[in-house]
Amino acid sequence: MRKLVEKLGLGEYLLAIAFGLLLLVSRLAGWDFGLGAGRNFWAYFAEMIAFLPLMFVLIGLIDVWLPKENVERHIGPGSGITGTFWIILLAMLQAGPLYGAFPVAYILWRKGCGVRNIFIYLGAFSTLKIPMLTFEIGFLGLKFSLLRTLFTLPVFIGIGCAMEWYLKGRGFTVRDPRRNGSSGMDQ
Amino acid sequence: MLVLGIITALALFASLLADRGRTAAGLRRGLKMFLGILPTLLNVLILVSIALYLFPKETLVAWLGANSGPAGYAIAAATGSIALIPGFVAFPLAALLLKSGVGYAVVAVFITTLMMVGVLTLPLEIRFFGRRVALLRNGLSFIGALIVGALIKVFM
Repeated sequence: MRKLVEKLGLGEYLLAIAFGLLLLVSRLAGWDFGLGAGRNFWAYFAEMIAFLPLMFVLIGLIDVWLPKENVERHIGPGSGITGTFWIILLAMLQAGPLYGAFPVAYILWRKGCGVRNIFIYLGAFSTLKIPMLTFEIGFLGLKFSLLRTLFTLPVFIGIGCAMEWYLKGRGFTVRDPRRNGSSGMDQ
Repeated sequence: MLVLGIITALALFASLLADRGRTAAGLRRGLKMFLGILPTLLNVLILVSIALYLFPKETLVAWLGANSGPAGYAIAAATGSIALIPGFVAFPLAALLLKSGVGYAVVAVFITTLMMVGVLTLPLEIRFFGRRVALLRNGLSFIGALIVGALIKVFM
């Protein structure tokens, strides 16, 4: 059975298949657990499917069009404070949950973005996206949003610097998620 | 969201005009990457759906609202780190917390961990950054969120 699953390449989808069966059985049997979890799942799935394909189209286009020298010069390892400015601006213009930022970080890394700016990007993406800020101001007020932004900014820039310092000479790389197994630092 | 759609459409259009072969190559690469992370992503969404069913929003509000002091911070930090709530749900929820008497500092910790720390999305993050780096980033972000909360407490 295990061999058959591996042969079909279904190993990674095992949980998804089991969950699909659970939803089906729950629908037939009217089981509340499956129905409730199913409702949540479709809500999340709708959120994901609405923006991730757009994100990956953009990533693919960036991959073939954006010259590496350009990225390296602006946000590469030696780009300093202007590089930080550019990477934060880039992150602020985006939308979607944090997991959408990982593939972008990967493509930026491949194009020569520095370690510090990769982690500053993740921090800015998660806390400073403009669409999200408008929401925050609307619900929690300008003063709170402004202060939170002001305090979060040095925090994630600090995290970027700490990561750069810690990872120096440790062979860090952002991996191609298509490749399975561990490499580099986990060995 | 709409802006992202418009930017993508414009970029795609310009790219098609410039070079169709190159555009196709780019789209193929994007698709391959999407398919590469799809199983992990589905697993994450399934786990989150089950978690959210077991601990619905009302439970979160009750927990956070009933506890003040250090316990409130701890609960806010823990739930914020684990939960995966989209912004358009999280901010109304946070406003509700404020209204039900939860302090700004606790709300700041909740919001910041929610945004920066992702326990449930760790499997995905590990695919890109490796276990050690992913854990380190989340750990540092967790500490950072507590600092943000403390500063909000002082200034708000």
